Formats: sequence, C-alpha cells, structure tokens
Amino acid sequence: MTTLAPPHLSPTRRRIEFIVVAIFAFLALVVFPLLNSAGVISHFTLNLWGKYLCYALLAISVDLLWGYTGLLSLGQALFFALGGYMHGMYLMRMIGDLGQHRKPIPDFLVFLGWTELPDFWKPFSNFPFALTMAFLLPGLIAYVFGFLAFRSRIKGVYFSILTQALTYGTSLMFFRNNLLMGGNNGFTDFKFLLGYDLLAPATQRGLFMATAATLLAVYVGCRWLSGTKFGLVQRAIRDGENRVLFSGYSTPQYKLFIFVVAAAIAAAGGVLYVPQVGIINPSEMTPDKSLEAVVWCAVGGRGTLVGPILGAISINALKSYATRAFPDLWLLILGGLFIVMVLFLPGGLVSIPARAKAMWLKIRPARPRLELPTTTPTASAAAER
Amino acid sequence: MIGRVPAFRAVVLVKPLPSVLGFLFSAWLACSAIAAGAARLTIAKAILTEDDTPKRALVAGLAGEGDEDVPALLAAWRSDQLFIHAAADGAKVPVQLIGPKDAAEAQEALRVDTGEPLRDASGKPLRLVAADLTAVEHDAALRRAMKSVLDVAEIAARDPAKRRQAIQAIGFAQNADKLPALEARLAIEREPKVRLALREALAVIRLKDSSDDAKLAALRELRELEALSSYDLIQAALKNAGAAGQKEIAAACRATLAAIDRHRSSVDFFGTLFRSASLGSILLIVALGLAITFGLMGVINMAHGEMIAVGAYTTYLTQSVFGGGVTIPCFGLSLAIPGMHLGGWVYQAYFLAAIPASFLAAALVGIGLERGIIRFLYRRPLESLLATWGVSLLLQQTFRLTFGANNVQVSSPAYLSGNWTVNDIILGWNRVFVIGFALLIVFGVWLVLTRTPLGLLIRAVMQNRTMAACMGVRTERVNMLTFGLGSGLAGLAGAFLSQIGNVGPSLGQSYIVDAFMTVVVGGVGNLMGTVISAFGIGGLDQVLQQYLPTWAPGLAGFPLIGSFLQNLAQDSSVFGKILVLALIVLFLQWRPAGLFVTRSRSLD
Repeated sequence: MTTLAPPHLSPTRRRIEFIVVAIFAFLALVVFPLLNSAGVISHFTLNLWGKYLCYALLAISVDLLWGYTGLLSLGQALFFALGGYMHGMYLMRMIGDLGQHRKPIPDFLVFLGWTELPDFWKPFSNFPFALTMAFLLPGLIAYVFGFLAFRSRIKGVYFSILTQALTYGTSLMFFRNNLLMGGNNGFTDFKFLLGYDLLAPATQRGLFMATAATLLAVYVGCRWLSGTKFGLVQRAIRDGENRVLFSGYSTPQYKLFIFVVAAAIAAAGGVLYVPQVGIINPSEMTPDKSLEAVVWCAVGGRGTLVGPILGAISINALKSYATRAFPDLWLLILGGLFIVMVLFLPGGLVSIPARAKAMWLKIRPARPRLELPTTTPTASAAAER
Repeated sequence: MIGRVPAFRAVVLVKPLPSVLGFLFSAWLACSAIAAGAARLTIAKAILTEDDTPKRALVAGLAGEGDEDVPALLAAWRSDQLFIHAAADGAKVPVQLIGPKDAAEAQEALRVDTGEPLRDASGKPLRLVAADLTAVEHDAALRRAMKSVLDVAEIAARDPAKRRQAIQAIGFAQNADKLPALEARLAIEREPKVRLALREALAVIRLKDSSDDAKLAALRELRELEALSSYDLIQAALKNAGAAGQKEIAAACRATLAAIDRHRSSVDFFGTLFRSASLGSILLIVALGLAITFGLMGVINMAHGEMIAVGAYTTYLTQSVFGGGVTIPCFGLSLAIPGMHLGGWVYQAYFLAAIPASFLAAALVGIGLERGIIRFLYRRPLESLLATWGVSLLLQQTFRLTFGANNVQVSSPAYLSGNWTVNDIILGWNRVFVIGFALLIVFGVWLVLTRTPLGLLIRAVMQNRTMAACMGVRTERVNMLTFGLGSGLAGLAGAFLSQIGNVGPSLGQSYIVDAFMTVVVGGVGNLMGTVISAFGIGGLDQVLQQYLPTWAPGLAGFPLIGSFLQNLAQDSSVFGKILVLALIVLFLQWRPAGLFVTRSRSLD
C-alpha cells in the first residue's frame, strides 16, 4: 500500500490536530460571520467559502470510503446532487407564484404544459419532508446499490466503474425534461427558505454557519468512528479484505454501513450547497464531478480527516482563481496536478510535514554515519590481527 | 462530343455506388447517351418543320423519352425562350436564350440541337438580342401535345430513383387523369423497384375509383404489395366507405390495413435487429481496445475515450490533408496544414489512409502514456484510474485548444454514405460497414493474440508476469506493446465513429462508460466475452428503445409511481439506457466476474 497516515495518531499529532481544528472551527463559526456582519469580509467571499465547506463535506464522504475503507466510489456526486435536488424541490415550492409565469407551480412545469402540480411534487412543500427525503433517497439508493454490489463481492475498480455507471445513468435521466425535475436547467431562482429571504446577507450568514457546524459535526463524528473498533475493521478491510473476511467479520455489512453513511454526508453537503449557490442542475451529478471530489481528497491526503477538507478548499480556491485568470488552462492544471499527486505525493498535502521530517532525518545523521565506514573496517581489521 | 455531357452527369448520379461499379455503369450509359442527343435533334427538327401536323407528331413522339433535356426545352418553348437564328450562310439554327441580359439586352445563346453555345465563324460564343430574332411559335394543339409529353416526362426520367419519386408523388396526389400514363409506363418498365412503385401508385389512384370492383381490386393489390406509405390513404378510404355504408369495401380496407400492420411490425423487428447489430458492433469496436488494456493488463485507462478521439481527429486531419488543407487554432497559433487538393476517387480514398494513420497515432499516444505514467502504477489499479483520468482531462483540453471547442466536420466518403433498402428495411451503408469491420477487427486481434509471437508473449506476461520474466521475456517491452495495441484499437474505433457521429473534444466521454460496461459484463481477459456482451448490450438497448413506448401504458398500473414511470418510458432512449445499466448490475449478481471467468486459485 502507499504511504498513508498511520491508523492511530500519535498523542502529539492528535493534540496538534485538535488545536488546528478548534482554531478553524472558531474562525468559521464565530470570527468569519462577525467580520462579515461588520463588513470586513464581503458577502461574496463568505458565500464562496460556504460553497467550499459544502465541497469539503463531499470530500470527506469520498475519503470515508476511499481513504478509510478502500472503496473508490465515483457515485458521491450523485448523492450530493440528489440531496441538493430534494432540498431544491422544497425551495422551488417556496417560490410560490413569484416565478416568471406568476403561476403557483414552478416555471419549468408551466413551460412543459402542466397546469397543476404532479403528485410526487406535492409533499415537498413541507420542509421536514423534503429534508427527510434529501437523506432518505440517497441513503436508499446507496443501500440498494451497495447491498447488490457488496453481496456479489464487487470490489476494487469494478466498484468504481459500476458507481460511475450509476451516476452516469442517473445524470442522463435528470437531463431529460420528462423526469419533471427541471431538465437541463435544473432548479434556480430560489426566493425563500423557511420564510427567510435567501438573498438577505443574514440568511446567507446563517447558512454559512450551519455549513461550518455540519462540517464540524461530521468531522467529530468521523474522528470518533475511526477510533472505535468499527473504524479498525474498516481500515482492516482497506488493507486486506480477505483476511478480515476469513477472521469472521461480515465485510459486506461493514461496507454497506459506511457506504450509506457516506451517501448521507454527501447529501448533507448538497442540501447546504443549493441555497448558498442558488442553482442545482444535472451537471452537478456527472461522473466527472465525483472524480473531481476524488482529486480534492487525493490532493489533501486520503486516509486522514483533515486532508479532504484541506484539499477541497485549496483546490476550489485555486479553481476560482484559475478559471478567471487562465480559463483555457484550468483543466490542464487540474489534470496535471492529479498526475503529479498520484505519482509523486500519494499521501497528499498533509503528508508533506512527515515527508519533510523524514527527509530531514535522512540528511541530518548523514555526518556521523559517514564516519562509520572509516572506523569499522579498522576495528575489524584490528580484531583480525 | 455528344455523349460526354450526359455520361458525366451519370457518374454524378451513381455516386453512392462503389467507384468501380460506377465506372462500368457510366460506360454503359455513355453508349445509350446517343439516344439522349437524339431528343434534342428531334426538337430542333420539330421547330424547323413548317407544317403543323408533322410538327405535332414529332413533339408527341418525344413521350416516354427519358432525356432530362426534353422537359426543360419544351418548357422553354412554351415560355417563348426559343428563337430561330439565321446564320450568315442562310442556315436556320434554333437557339435558346438564357442567362442575364447585358447592357445591349443580349443573352447567351445555346443551340437547341446540341446544347452547346452558338459560335460564330471564328469559334467565339455569340450573344444575341431576343428582339432581333424570330420567336418559335406554338399553338393550342401543339401545347396540348407538349403537355402530354411533359406529363410522362418525369416518370420516364432516366434515373430510376427520380422515376420512382415522381411516380410516388403522382400516387399520393390520387389524380385519376394520370392513370393512362402510368399504365403505359408499367407496360415498358423493367426496373423492379419502379414497377412496384407504379403498381402501388395505380392501386392508390384506383382507391378513388367510382366502381366498387376497381376499389376492391386496388385494395387486394395494396394488400399484396404491403404498401407502408399508402397506410394513411387506405385509412381515409376506410372512413369514406364507413360513411357511405359500403361494408364490403370497409372490410377489405381493414384486411389491407391489418396486412400492412403485420408487415410494418416485421420491418420494425428486422430494423431493430439491424440497429442492434450496428450498436453492438460500435460497442465492440470501442470496447475491444479496453478489453486488452483493462481485460488483459488490468490497467484502468480512463483516457481510453481520448484515445478514440485521437483516432477520430487523425481521420479529420487525413481528410483535410487529402482535401483542401485546414487551419487549426493550435494553442492560439493558428497552424496551417497544407492540403494535397485531391479530387474524385483519390480524395474518397482518404478514409483508407486514415485507418492505419489513426491506429498509429493512438498507439503512439498510448505508448507514451504507458512509458510516462502507467508503468509506475501497475500494482496500484485505483491510482492508475485516477492518474489516467488526469490524462483524460489534459487530452480533452488539448483537443479543445488544438482543434477548437466545436465539433469538426468529417465527411463520409461516397462509398460509406447512402442507404441500402431491402424490403422496406433501411440499412445505412456506414452501419453495414461498421458491422463488417468490427468482425474483421475482432478476427485480426484474435489472430494477433493466438497466432503471432507477440501474442504468445502478451498472453504469457498477462498470465504470470514473474514467471515470464524468469524465462527471459522482456516484460516491460511487452507491456508497452500491449498497451500500444489496445490504444491503437481505440484509435481505429475513433476512425469509424467519425463516420457515424460528431467529432469533438468530448467524443470519448460519451463512449467510455459503455465501453467499461461491455468489458465488465464480458468478463476480463476474454475476447469472446467482450463480443457477446457488446452484441447483447447493443441488442437489449435497441429492443428497449423500440418497444418501451408500446409497453408504457402497462406501467401506469404500477402502484404510486405509475404515472411517473409511464412518463419516463416515453423517453425511451434514455430510460432504456438506464434499464440496461440496472440489468447489468443485476446480471453481475448472478455472474460477478462477467460472462467468461478466467479461473485461478490466486487470492489477493
């Protein structure tokens, strides 16, 4: 296996990570919103960071599967987008008759010739229902798909290819108008969330804080999970599934559980993403998006929990910058970055300190070691005499 | 001289045929073209004839003449564009004035008898003024004679396809006046397809006949012909018969409609079968390279789609080099690639040159990829997946920057365009070609793998790398060549896909998922599995596309989401695709390692 972070963090690293996370949590939950309301940080920046944090949730869900369980799922963007779509349905209902057509049903339905709401849209006017569905639907799909896949021991790249196909198929479906989910354009033009005006800075601030809090909760939850016996089995599956299986653990059930949990985390990212970005369309659920999330995770450092967050934020910040500065070159940068990371830095950004330390250790004791060859031969030679 | 012009036209007409056949055909036409010139001579003679009766006889004699000049000249005559020019030596020459008038009101003059420009003694084309010439006259009786000639001129056109079209148009108009002309044509027509069209047109026109017996006979005829295109007209006849209370005719109409329906469903069935085979062979071509890189070597090459695009773009470049050259916006440098400006069949042959070129281009890119990246990742399949995805992004963007973000135009050579219609089933030439070629490639790959030293080495290395290395096989080199072979096959696929779909930067993306599915279902390490799964998936997809809409009403009974499903099933192409994916997942429950399993005792 590649150089991944050790399963148990040393007490020092644990302490460092705790301090870093605490500082960032404080910054995101308290300092950022305060600075924003004071006008130091623009609404645009806050909104952008809110988006990055949603992506961080997606990256963690990838990492939980890939970095911790050895399952490279290319379906996480699907769960992310499904969560977003379910929340989007509620937000579409909340537009009421303020749409362009001034009808009580969403604009795209008017455009498709509907005069009243299709049956399956009706319950989505209810926020708790929509929120439940946002987690239930991705969870259910993950459960059914995972059950079938893990039961027949589909693993490794086969699992990746099948999840990719699942995402691809569903995105094709969402591109069609006949699904009655907005087709190409998806959902946009949202107005209200739980009665609050979505465009108001205060609402956006609240959403940012909610995202940061969710991310923190997910982080703490995953940190706890990785410390339990479950986490141990999870990593054992990653490193040698057959041995775990032969030791009497039902690995399909472990994998299924973690697959569903990861789907729910991705969905949470989607739920928070939609009101902040203001649009959800099928291009969010293409296999490419899943792969992009895998890049964040790989760049940050898989098999750690800080890594994916770091990766999601840094790559997306780079993307925001590069797509404006050199729009033609962005994909070249992303592709190149990916190749370089896989070939030269499999542990990601978080492994840099450890690598630097190893390098340093290699260089520093070089001098005393150099003297050794000169002394030992003489000593042995003396012994021979 | 006389024969050359029509013969040239004939070559243009038979363009879809392979060029050798076309050559023979045009040679044959050149012989018959003397008759074509005779029509012009007859018209010239008729113009110069003074007496009305022989003049009319000459014009009427043109009926059934297949020459395309006849309708044009007679129309010109009727619209006063024909004149008599008296030459210096007193000879009278009938001419047609065409083209725009210049400042002196003069126009270009064509000789009626040859179709050549009228020249003066020095051989210079003359320009004449209409007012200076005697117009060729025509009276009512002559115009009637001309009309009867013109009526049948279209159905006597030399090109069978045009003849057929004209006949079908007359049939749909259901004009009873045209019956005698059609009957006369049927008596002399020899082309089987045109004969069928004539019979159908006659029967359709007789549907409007006042006598019941004629109607019944017409319906019997249509029933026998299984005329798909007459369906609506028969339905109209059924409605009329129902309204008029003619039970016997209504019953005959229904029987005919039922017969046509049966025919239609069998045409649909065979059409679906053909489309299945065609889609299956596309999948096969696309997946074959992957069956080698993924199936044999175990490398997940996400850039396989871009290898296909490399092949397609190579075809595009080959075409441009054979043609007029092209300027590509290569990274903003606007690179001009000179063309050889070839024409005719040499240009048409570009595709034959593009096939090896695209294989080589993709193979080279593949070898570069293997040497540069993949060889470090043989033991890390998941990471090779990620790295090659990075390569795929790089290549896609490179295509975009090199050839532009829009699709490029690849024109099909003449021998790959057009259709071949068998018993109402339309078979596209390019599709037929793809099916044939897919089978050929599979056979070639099988030969390479089982009958060549390289194939032996490939199989040895893939079965047991360490042992092969111990026996002195240079496994590194074999890996490189195997990957090159797989990528080259993807390039070939690109050359063929350029004939079927669009060529753009994201060409590969639309095939990659299907290609992986095909290999996974077929089982890795087995070509036969890939062949079967390609045709299986292709067939399933087409069958679902064809028949889902007919099953849609049945879905309405589904609890809760019935109407939702019914709505989706209307979108049969996408819904079919999703159903296929679902069925593949279920299939893998039954056979997790695909159709053909390479048995082994090893455990990772």
